[in-house]
Amino acid sequence: MNTTTMPAAAASAIPKARFDVKPLALLAALALLALPLIGSPSTWITLTVAGLAMGLIVFIIASGLTLVFGLMDVLNFGHGVFIATGAFVATSVMAGMAGWTMSPQLLPNLGAIFVAMLAAMLVAGAIGFAFERVIVRPVYGQHLKQILITMGGMIVGEEIIKVIWGPQQIPLPLPESLRGAFLFGDAAIEKYRVLAVVVGLVVFAVMLWVLGRTKVGLLVRAGVQDREMVESLGYRIERLFTGVFVVGSALAGLGGVLWGLYQQSVVPQIGAQVNILIFIVIIIGGLGSTLGCFVGALMVGLLANYAGFLAPKVALFSNIGLMVAVLLWRPQGLYPVTNR
Amino acid sequence: MTALLQLQGVHTHIGAYHILHGVDLEVPEGEVTMLLGRNGAGKSTTLRTIMGLWRASQGRIDFKGRPLQTLHTPEIAQAGIGYVPETMGIFSDLTVRENLLLAARQARRAEDIDTRRLEWTFGFFPALKKFWLFPAGKLSGGQKQMLAIARAIVEPRALLLIDEPSKGLAPSIVNNLIAALRELKAQSSTILLVEQNFQMAKALGDSVAVMDDGRVVHRGRMAELADDEGLQQRLLGLSLGVHQ
Repeated sequence: MNTTTMPAAAASAIPKARFDVKPLALLAALALLALPLIGSPSTWITLTVAGLAMGLIVFIIASGLTLVFGLMDVLNFGHGVFIATGAFVATSVMAGMAGWTMSPQLLPNLGAIFVAMLAAMLVAGAIGFAFERVIVRPVYGQHLKQILITMGGMIVGEEIIKVIWGPQQIPLPLPESLRGAFLFGDAAIEKYRVLAVVVGLVVFAVMLWVLGRTKVGLLVRAGVQDREMVESLGYRIERLFTGVFVVGSALAGLGGVLWGLYQQSVVPQIGAQVNILIFIVIIIGGLGSTLGCFVGALMVGLLANYAGFLAPKVALFSNIGLMVAVLLWRPQGLYPVTNR
Repeated sequence: MTALLQLQGVHTHIGAYHILHGVDLEVPEGEVTMLLGRNGAGKSTTLRTIMGLWRASQGRIDFKGRPLQTLHTPEIAQAGIGYVPETMGIFSDLTVRENLLLAARQARRAEDIDTRRLEWTFGFFPALKKFWLFPAGKLSGGQKQMLAIARAIVEPRALLLIDEPSKGLAPSIVNNLIAALRELKAQSSTILLVEQNFQMAKALGDSVAVMDDGRVVHRGRMAELADDEGLQQRLLGLSLGVHQ
């Protein structure tokens, strides 16, 4: 009664749709093109790993926003407040765990970072829940009001952070064993960036699994395409909205911890500083597309590092140039979501 | 025959526009009720108002004796109403399997879908079995329409609301669709069908309601309307015979 093997068997005889590899090829081409321009393979490796680390942190921050944008059609310009919250929570947690962060052993160091990440995600997720209920829900479907009220929410959030932690820059030093770099010949790969790459890849894998293999993920993907039809099939999309918003906020909090450690200091405006970058990433990737967000973030990370080395003045606007180039090629982004 | 769905004096506003002006309609259980009318008469708005996608600003909508007008769309769907919109509402990036899995609310995985029901559905639309793992966006127009209807019937529903299923389809595909809907009708399904194709209306309809300017201006048996060219001219501005 409960087995559906026959359709799958029948379908094996028909061609499947091809996976679009062009954006991934473009990413590889960008990295390979930089090699002769940089000249030194060891410098290229250092810059590439740094770019991948930066890209994966940006992906973690932006992935929640692209789902919020795609599923809820909400222009959340207040996403930065969750990044800042995560980073500041990390300063408190890691200061409170000084014994672990100052330890020369890797395990306590990783433990402190793990606890900081968990706390940041919990706090940012809880604030995201309140933010969605109080600030975003009344302005569903009203883009101009969304921009105004979410930016206002971010300003209020930043001021609350200043009240709690003070307006000054707070150092967020790396734990002992994550300082320095691994040396491979002349190539130096910072230890922390390896950790950032691993965390970023784990988040990406979990997101792909949830979105591709679970019914909740299926509902999110369907909701990104046609919210009205999801409701017509009998699902309460408001609950899905709240859930996605909370997860998006928690991911921004996680990204805030990684970004703060990446810069080794945090300021209340840390979220606002990366806001433009994450909007560029989700536009490049295609609104609502997780894979697009991933590839777009890596492109942004790599280009920022290569341009910073080759032509520092160009680095200031390299990401804007990348966005223009990608949109001229694919106006809907690298992996456009159908029906939007 | 008892009315499964009943609309009494339903008004709908969309922004500043007053679209439905007091719709009265009955859908008898076990019958196919055709909702006919010119473009802009309010047929699609009536279906969307029943589904709660646009709120009725006035009037009463009863389904199995239970008022629907205060419920939200998911609750209306859970009450047992399947909806196939004019746009089909296919999730193009999802496969046929994933589209049907979403429609089967009780199933967490495709393996959980009731196989007998699924085979029954494939009986109407065999192409869906063939394209089970294919992205829905790659299907032909006719196959998409079949998927849209299959989605509405993959779990038992007391009432189906189907909006212009023949729109944009080639005549041969429309004939297949008529055959499939006839099969559904033979299973005593209750359907409220909006249609501009009069061949389809005549082939499928038991009862009919004709709308004009946001109101139902005629209710009766489909066969009577099909046999009365004068009535067709008066209500619809054309003759069924011309379209056969």
